[in-house]
Amino acid sequence: MANYYSDINEIKFELENSPLMQRIVELKELDYADKDTHDYAPQDFADAMDSYDRLLDIVGDITGNVVAPNAEAVDAEGAHHENGRVRYASKTYENLQAMNQAGLNGMTMPRRYGGLNLPVTIYTAANEMVATADAGFQNIWSLQDCIETLYCFGTEEQRQKYIPRVCAGETMSMDLTEPDAGSDLQSVMLKATYDEENGCWRLNGSKRFITNGDSDIHLVLARSEAGTRDGRGLSMFIYDKRDGGVDVRRIENKMGIHGSPTCELVYKNAKCELCGDRKLGLIKYVMSLMNGARLGIAAQSVGLSQAAYNEAIAYARDRRQFGKAIIEFPAVAEMISNIKARLDAGRALLYQTARYVDIYKNLEDIARERKLTPEERQELKQYSRLADAFTPLAKGMNSEYANQNAYDSIQVHGGSGFMLEYACQRIYRDARIASIYEGTTQLQTVAAIRYVTNGMYATVIQEMEQQAMMAGLEGDSTLRRLKEMASKFNACTAAVKDSGDQDFHDLCARHLYDMAGNIIMCHLLMQNALKAPELFGRSLQVYANMADAEVEKHFTWIRKMTPEKVDFYRQA
Amino acid sequence: MKLNIVVLAKQVPDTRNVGPDAMTPEGTVNRSALPAIFNPEDLNALEQALRLKDQNPGTTVTIITMGPGRAAEVIREAMYRGADGGYLLTDRAFAGADTLATSYALSTAIKHVAPDVDLIIGGRQAIDGDTAQVGPQVAEKLGLNQITYTEEILSCQDGVIRVKRHIDGGVETVESALPCVLTVNGSAAPCRPRNVKLVMKYKRALAPMELPQGSGYGDLPYASEYEKKDYLKLGQLNCADIDADLNQCGLAGSPTKVKAVENIVFKAKENKILTGSDEDINALVQELLASHTIG
Repeated sequence: MANYYSDINEIKFELENSPLMQRIVELKELDYADKDTHDYAPQDFADAMDSYDRLLDIVGDITGNVVAPNAEAVDAEGAHHENGRVRYASKTYENLQAMNQAGLNGMTMPRRYGGLNLPVTIYTAANEMVATADAGFQNIWSLQDCIETLYCFGTEEQRQKYIPRVCAGETMSMDLTEPDAGSDLQSVMLKATYDEENGCWRLNGSKRFITNGDSDIHLVLARSEAGTRDGRGLSMFIYDKRDGGVDVRRIENKMGIHGSPTCELVYKNAKCELCGDRKLGLIKYVMSLMNGARLGIAAQSVGLSQAAYNEAIAYARDRRQFGKAIIEFPAVAEMISNIKARLDAGRALLYQTARYVDIYKNLEDIARERKLTPEERQELKQYSRLADAFTPLAKGMNSEYANQNAYDSIQVHGGSGFMLEYACQRIYRDARIASIYEGTTQLQTVAAIRYVTNGMYATVIQEMEQQAMMAGLEGDSTLRRLKEMASKFNACTAAVKDSGDQDFHDLCARHLYDMAGNIIMCHLLMQNALKAPELFGRSLQVYANMADAEVEKHFTWIRKMTPEKVDFYRQA
Repeated sequence: MKLNIVVLAKQVPDTRNVGPDAMTPEGTVNRSALPAIFNPEDLNALEQALRLKDQNPGTTVTIITMGPGRAAEVIREAMYRGADGGYLLTDRAFAGADTLATSYALSTAIKHVAPDVDLIIGGRQAIDGDTAQVGPQVAEKLGLNQITYTEEILSCQDGVIRVKRHIDGGVETVESALPCVLTVNGSAAPCRPRNVKLVMKYKRALAPMELPQGSGYGDLPYASEYEKKDYLKLGQLNCADIDADLNQCGLAGSPTKVKAVENIVFKAKENKILTGSDEDINALVQELLASHTIG
């Protein structure tokens, strides 16, 4: 009877040990007013935390005892394409039924629409556990968070029409990518035209690589302004499957996440509704959608890392060679320690990001109802910048870690890891997409680099150093190492900025990004270890070694790099 | 059609993963070493009841469980999955009951709190006793039809229930008029998971026995909630509440006497090593045919 919540104390720690949590719940529950109208609403902070704990225990139970045992069969069967529709792998329906019976839908939606009104931080924990059990199923289940964008930008009528349906378990998809518009969404060509006769919008064209493309409710990016060619001609639309008009042309044959159907869609004069204002589709709504999705992939990545760790440690304890369990050999133990250190560091970054997102999104939500006070406006600005800076770090670093961890997990298994009988190979295949979709690591770097050059990360790191000093870590050897890492990072940043060369800057970006990620995660892990040395003390030491060496590597790379050498990297 | 369903459930020590300390030296179950859980087949029974409730709006599902204060957890667990409420049957006089005394107490309680019951559903047996007697005895005491080894309820209409039974070598479909008693097999559909909204709604529900000694609902945290929401006060019944005959309750009403409890360790007595050769396989087949193990 596995339980992915109660078995993994680190998750509970992340939820209960941040001073921001009280503020988040306060903003989310607004004087706990729902308690008078909804019998499942909390009475106060402690009551809310207790409810979250109970809820996550249910998620841990279902993921451990239903979703995880089904994962192998779902991976082997995959989704089916039949008469223009998707039929999931048979066990996927079992997973969905369990999640629906438990009422795990509309997680962050307000109670007045039937939602659970959970902070994003709590939803993130659920997301992580679902991904540990089956990363492909996590795709389908977590697309429910597209509703957040409809909630933020749709009309009240649209909210009332769609949100209760998602809370009741209807699935969603976001239809963005097209054959010639992948990373570059400005090139989207799907045509939206206004049908004067029927007083509605119509979609014509096709989309590709649409995750869960046969969902009940789609958010679609389409060109509403005829004759335009850039992002300003795009709007967001809601397509309701009940209206018909969109068929699945094929399902992609993928390397991993087999349970998650990736669809090519054909829109044949499909009726749809405009969501929000015209022309803001890409520049405002898709950005919001993507930020939520990126946090979701960060959570998926951490879940995959947990799965990689679970498999590696179980095998290494069990497998005997040369008369002892292989976990006793330092070369194997090091791999497992590294997996655990990346997992703990990446998870700390994930939840810190989720908390930042929670504070600014809830303040934004309040701003829709009333004018914010000057202090609240300041708070909103501060946390929205932090969320923007941390989201690409959390997604990029964790997705790369998930890949590395899955690779190491196979390595721990030796020859058996290459055989399809062991779960580590599925985790390895599933992890591969995490650093690609919802913006490749290279695009996360593009999103993050401005926070390197404008000094935001450096300021965050400096504040963390001060916090550590205040917590009594002055003279602590890890803090000393972290300060050395920070000065190397600052020196590299200065060197790159001083060069004034854009190509040089772009080439160094990934290195600077990694440095910032390593230092920030090491600080977060140090904060955790201070409160719970028994949970994080070892990981901190292992991660500090790893981060120190990584920072040194990038420091050397950038120090020895000059704008003249950029030419060696140009490929015809 | 609205149904009035009673589900009989028991809190049991989890005997599925027993360690060396599972039994006391005196030969009784060491309850502190084993977590208390919802008897697994009672969960299958609950699922059958909840399915009828899904299909028949207005149906009520009431749990009755007998045990000490902590057994009220079974009622909450059932409510988290969709049951409407329940009763904890608790009294010192019930202690030490065997299956006869237990079925007396349960049937008397049912007469008292659900005289117009349509269906009584329980698990086939509890994992701590493995007798499978309580369900049938309850039926007998109430003078109702019983259907044991239930695998699935096929329909329940116009006062007639159609049930698929799991029997030796196959399945059979039987019908009975309501009211009747069903006992459900572990091979029936597993119970649905806890629902998060119901957990949040009922998490504070307590039976009087669970309150700290000498205190009332008014002394608990969130006391006003108990005033506003009746469903947070779980039902509780003692001997007097159900006018039970003390001579038929607990130890006094239990003819079963445990003579001794022995530890049994399974040991291989004889064994034979066969190779995969045709000769060995033929010899084995002949031997099994001769002993009528196969064929």
